[in-house]
Amino acid sequence: MSTPMLLGARAILAAGVLACLAGPWLFDANSLTVLTEFFIVVTLALMWNLLAGYADIISVGQQGFVGVGAYAFFGFTALLHMSVWAAVPLAALTTLLIAVPVMAVIFRLRTAYLAVGTWVAADVLMLIAGKLPGFGGGSGTSLPIPVVKQFGARLGDRIDMFYALSLGLALIAFLATWALLRSRIGLGLTAMRDNEEAAGSSGVDLVRTRILCFLWTAPFLGLAGVMTALEKLRVAPTASFNITDWTIDIIFIVVIGGIGSLEGPILGAILFFLLRQWLADFGAWYLILLGVISIGVILFEPKGLWGACRRWGFPDILPAGHAPGPGAPERVAGPDAQEAPAARTVG
Amino acid sequence: MVETILNLIVQGVLIGGLYALFALGLSLSLGVMRFVNIAHGDMIVLFSFVLLSLTGVLGWSPFLVALILLPVAFGLGWLLQRFLLQRTVGKGILPILLVTFGLSIIIQNGLLEAYGPNTRKLSGGAIELAALRLGPIDVGVYPLLVFLLAVALIAGLDAFLYRTAIGARIRAVADDPAAADLIGLTSARIYPVAMGVVGITMLVAASCMSVWTNFDPSIGPSRLLAAFEAVVLGGLGSLWGTLIGGVIIGVAQNFGSQIDASWQILAQHLVFLVALVFRPQGLFARS
Repeated sequence: MSTPMLLGARAILAAGVLACLAGPWLFDANSLTVLTEFFIVVTLALMWNLLAGYADIISVGQQGFVGVGAYAFFGFTALLHMSVWAAVPLAALTTLLIAVPVMAVIFRLRTAYLAVGTWVAADVLMLIAGKLPGFGGGSGTSLPIPVVKQFGARLGDRIDMFYALSLGLALIAFLATWALLRSRIGLGLTAMRDNEEAAGSSGVDLVRTRILCFLWTAPFLGLAGVMTALEKLRVAPTASFNITDWTIDIIFIVVIGGIGSLEGPILGAILFFLLRQWLADFGAWYLILLGVISIGVILFEPKGLWGACRRWGFPDILPAGHAPGPGAPERVAGPDAQEAPAARTVG
Repeated sequence: MVETILNLIVQGVLIGGLYALFALGLSLSLGVMRFVNIAHGDMIVLFSFVLLSLTGVLGWSPFLVALILLPVAFGLGWLLQRFLLQRTVGKGILPILLVTFGLSIIIQNGLLEAYGPNTRKLSGGAIELAALRLGPIDVGVYPLLVFLLAVALIAGLDAFLYRTAIGARIRAVADDPAAADLIGLTSARIYPVAMGVVGITMLVAASCMSVWTNFDPSIGPSRLLAAFEAVVLGGLGSLWGTLIGGVIIGVAQNFGSQIDASWQILAQHLVFLVALVFRPQGLFARS
């Protein structure tokens, strides 16, 4: 585990973040739009990873809360004529408030059942969104021009503003999740990731930690939903609650990048965007390819690319754990227990 | 009015037979191998497309083709478990969910590439149009036969699991894989057999569905959700409960469809969620 390597990796990361912060001065409008989408995807990947990689909740219904955020934003601005700057936090709050009853019902299911339960819940939210009066029914509706113009009078200004908002969202989502993982609760989450039974018997309150994580992701997913509405300038049940864009792609990203780490989802998102540019002409084939790759990853390298990096001795660039102090017993493996047997959940 | 409601219930019960057929394989894989096969619906759709191609080439009835394909369906289930899913056994729930999830996406998009997005339907012959007059309502002969087939298949599976030696072995591994392993019943030998049986139920469900309703490459997930809800509603480990769960789903859908197409699905989900709140263990759970 070499310090120069770590310093180099952190320097690249810092340069990347600085380049993103200076984005509007560095990139053209096209690149800014792609990056705006990239930051939305990174946010979604971080949230899916927090649930699947740490809290043992595999969500196939993440698109439900993305759609709620988009629809709430539309409701507050286009229907209630509120300022967009009030509508954005209110959309996050609405998503959180809707997540509470959803959680109360589907948390009666566990493990594999819960995964399908999240899917049912998302389907229900989508079907209800299509029934709401004023939201354009099943085919959806466009954001009114006065609402859009609040983000900037000229198109160039709006592109810069959407870029800044989605970059801000991804940064806050990342820093907040990192802080969560480094907190006392995060210590419990890391223990759950490595061995759930052992974590439970060492005093980690599994149920409360799961509830916290599930509700933690809701406002971030809702805000990502606001960004999707701004990006497309419209809301529609099939687009705002799109399972392919907001969940299936995200699962592939996290699985291939590395589940149960902070670096994995980001690495996966970068790979996904590169791959997508190359494979854009191949239609359904690129999803088939992603499916094959991710099955291969799960069978042969379950912790994904970042897991492989860890095994080769590459240190975590963004350690979610805490380095052992002086006098701590020598560790053979990387900074987390790779050899710990996977949690066996029964029933 | 009473006739309309009675008619909705009877037709819903009969559709419930089809949902029970979707759900049987899922119930079995949940009960024995304790995982949800996310690709369950997509595999049923895959079998439907196989039937579409073979009936097109051979010109035979889809039911005859399905009968001939039964050993192939068993073999595919066996191979799938033996060479892919078995690799994830004992590693928790995440790997198996993600593998079957990847499989689901591969099947959906593979079918989309091979057959295009158009909806298809197979012709079952004159039987599709035949109807019986039962008092005030007409009952289709075909839906009635599908329902009876579902009942027969459940009775057959129940007898298979509780009256045969291989059924006893499957139940032993399902109850306690570690203890069964000690007496030489390894999951590597037993699970593929169970998945082969699941494959047979999928083919039966596929043949009944493809004659009854339209299908296209994208409908797998909605079939999975209906099957899943039927299993949870009925109670885990109870095949007869799965039939009742399917019937409840079918009736709920039929009442919802009186409003519009999205209420059809919404009613199905809402009945499931309400049941989940009040009876999370299902109606006929075996303790």
